[in-house]
Amino acid sequence: MKLDLHIWRQASFQAKGYFEHFALDDLDEHMSVPEMLDHLNTQIIKSGGQPIAFESDCREGICGQCGFVINGNVHSPVAGTTTCQTHLRSFTNAQTLYIEPFRAAAFPIKKDLMVDRSALDRIIQAGGYIGVHTGMAPEANTHLIAHNLAEKAFDAAACIGCGACVATCKNASAMLFTSAKINHLSLLPQGAPEEQARVTNMIQQMDEEGFGACSNTGACEVVCPQGISITNIADTNRTWFKKQISN
Amino acid sequence: MLHAKIPEGLLQDKWSNYKAQAALISPANRRNYKIIVVGTGLAGASAAASLAELGFAVEVFTFHDSARRAHSVAAQGGVNAAKNYKNDGDSIWRMFYDTLKGGDFRAREANVYRLAECSEALINHAVAQGVPFAREYSGYLSNRSFGGVQVSRTFYARGQTGQQLLLGAYQALLKQQAGHQLQLHTRHEMLDVITVNGQAQGIVARNLDTGEMSTHPCDALILATGGYGKIYYLSTLAMNCNASAIWRAHRKGAFMACPSFTQFHPTSLPQLGNYQSKLTLMSESLRNDGRIWVPKLPNEQRLAKDIPEEERDYYLERRYPSFGNLAPRDIASRAAKERIDAGFGVGPMKNAVYLDFKDAMQRDGKKTIAQRYGNLFDMYQKITGINAYNEPMMIAPAAHFSMGGLWVDYNLMSNLPGLFVLGEANFADHGANRLGANSLLQACVDGYFISPITVMDYLAKQPIQKDKTQYLAAAEKAKQEVRVQIEQLLQIQGDTTAEEFHKELGNILYKKCGLSRNQRDMELAKEEILALQLRFKTKLLIPGKESEINFELEKAMRVNDYLEMAILIVEDALQREESCGAHFREEYQTQEGEAQRNDENFAYISAWEFKGNNVFQLHKEALQFNFVTLKNRSYK
Repeated sequence: MKLDLHIWRQASFQAKGYFEHFALDDLDEHMSVPEMLDHLNTQIIKSGGQPIAFESDCREGICGQCGFVINGNVHSPVAGTTTCQTHLRSFTNAQTLYIEPFRAAAFPIKKDLMVDRSALDRIIQAGGYIGVHTGMAPEANTHLIAHNLAEKAFDAAACIGCGACVATCKNASAMLFTSAKINHLSLLPQGAPEEQARVTNMIQQMDEEGFGACSNTGACEVVCPQGISITNIADTNRTWFKKQISN
Repeated sequence: MLHAKIPEGLLQDKWSNYKAQAALISPANRRNYKIIVVGTGLAGASAAASLAELGFAVEVFTFHDSARRAHSVAAQGGVNAAKNYKNDGDSIWRMFYDTLKGGDFRAREANVYRLAECSEALINHAVAQGVPFAREYSGYLSNRSFGGVQVSRTFYARGQTGQQLLLGAYQALLKQQAGHQLQLHTRHEMLDVITVNGQAQGIVARNLDTGEMSTHPCDALILATGGYGKIYYLSTLAMNCNASAIWRAHRKGAFMACPSFTQFHPTSLPQLGNYQSKLTLMSESLRNDGRIWVPKLPNEQRLAKDIPEEERDYYLERRYPSFGNLAPRDIASRAAKERIDAGFGVGPMKNAVYLDFKDAMQRDGKKTIAQRYGNLFDMYQKITGINAYNEPMMIAPAAHFSMGGLWVDYNLMSNLPGLFVLGEANFADHGANRLGANSLLQACVDGYFISPITVMDYLAKQPIQKDKTQYLAAAEKAKQEVRVQIEQLLQIQGDTTAEEFHKELGNILYKKCGLSRNQRDMELAKEEILALQLRFKTKLLIPGKESEINFELEKAMRVNDYLEMAILIVEDALQREESCGAHFREEYQTQEGEAQRNDENFAYISAWEFKGNNVFQLHKEALQFNFVTLKNRSYK
């Protein structure tokens, strides 16, 4: 299989970026996109060049580390799929691909296709947890949680922290990410006591990190590899407003 | 020389007795002790959070960009606990016995019992953290069964149990960082342990963004850096999983225990081509409803759906009628290999077997099967392009879990004082074969419930004020040694990438020291690995320099360590002249082709001391079974 690749190169955050062109004609349609880059990097290294820096760890779509923009599609042209789970059979032979990093002010480019997503950790750190210390917990079946509620909490909890929602949003908002964690924890009786502090602190941290505001375009849920729904954003907005009013 | 330090008393009293007698440190004094944790998977994150909650000063290192990326995230099926919520006869004792037997009696009774004992508290804690385990419609927690047992004791969060448990630990970790009790260094890789008179007192770390090398002192060091299955190159592990932290500790004197015990998971996806970088695991839970078969005719050309029932060989049900498709992993993997080697494999490379849901869908309906395994079927389709609702999945065994690891005593401390090893990085609880859904459990129990007590006990017995002169000299020396190593690797400028060497190494190990082993092949493997080591030293090609983001340099250092470790893996498999669990020596099998254990001569843990230059000295820790009778492990 052949592909015509234009891949974003950028030596560091300060350096000027550009697309570099590579024509590959010895690809297998069952290769994943990172495997294609491994293959290309071996060629680059052997011809004395600098390999393309990119991150991809589990290659099963669960660790959240990979993610590029391919021909304008965040992660993948295949809906709800991470870059690592995208195989070359999703493209046509001899297709031209433009591969770029996730772009957002809060995700500075580190090198080539690598971005710094530590802002997402800092949002979690601001309140994305239940404050239980080891040893405190009561017997696990003490609080019954209805099946539907547990499923709904899981739907929100499934976020892999890849940042695709931010990369696709025209405002680079992290509302889907933030609201998914708020909802996961606040829906459950164990997480309810900290709900108000959680929503205030996490939203405030999100703003401080330079993510934009949410204007409800719904672009985020389209690219989310875990299919996280924007109803999480609506729920979070309601909690946040309630908190503001009660102040 | 090797003292496991198992407490006195009845099996069920040992851990309580230990806890009752463990030394404590007053809450106000704990902040004066610095504990370094390397790794932020379930074991590392849970230990770091729990120790910080107690008030210790904790510093955490991970090579990932975020603590949440650690490979615990990829575990799918579940976590075991002896809650007996199903009223199906489960108990701590039964779970202990299942685990010990599953490991083919090559683990310590006391450690395994403690694992089962702490399992209940872990489920309580995870639920309190907000882990959304599956629930019944009544709101109660739900359970399912897993390989190697006849009860349902597995708690699960769809096919993402590892992810959800890890997020619980990661969130607890970040909460401690927010409270300034803990300092987290992401994108930092540990490259050496700093020892003073054999005691672990710090680490050398490299900042992966800048290449800057730094040293960090501590009063206790915890390695929770996972397993080394990636040494086989094609494995179910993540690309960056590596043995470097434990290997470098081993080079500094920590003993490596049973390194040849690697589990091959029976339900991975088969290799499809030579470009492939990893093998994807499908959860073992699929074996609850999927039936495994191969055609009865060799070199079958028909599609699965065209092969009539009477021409299918459900070989696990045939050979192991009482456990059937839920036979333990080592047995299921070996049975698959036996059929594949005999020419009955399916798929384009004839290297797979079928996992068929046809009967389950007829019995329970497609909707129920989709509810149970929907995300796994989706994942299968994403990777292979095949819809498993219409035709059977194809699966094959793949390198997966390391039962071996650094030797630790009952305190989870290695033979180097101050060096604790948790989770998959240690050898402790799984013997020669791990049961499904016990790895998340072990990582959590080590981190949340065991290490906080044993590390405090160790620290309480150490003097607070230490003369730092010796440490400073040792730290400088260790840093210098790492620098020299990096320079040497960069200077080779040959023509072969680290990845190419890694693939070659994996190939040797799969063929000659994998699912099945014999003396002749392993002697050959040793020669081939030694030759590969030499070629690595003259032909390695690393682009770029040290002082920048350089993934190739990182890979090269890890492969360098793997090349040394591979020799030890082969040595360990060679000396163990018996078959047990995942370690199958072709010379030692019954007439029916089952593993033949030799308790008289091999009921010990092999613990290897690094002597330099591919030389290792064997020490033996005899395994004593005071509470169970050793039996032949039968799943027939």
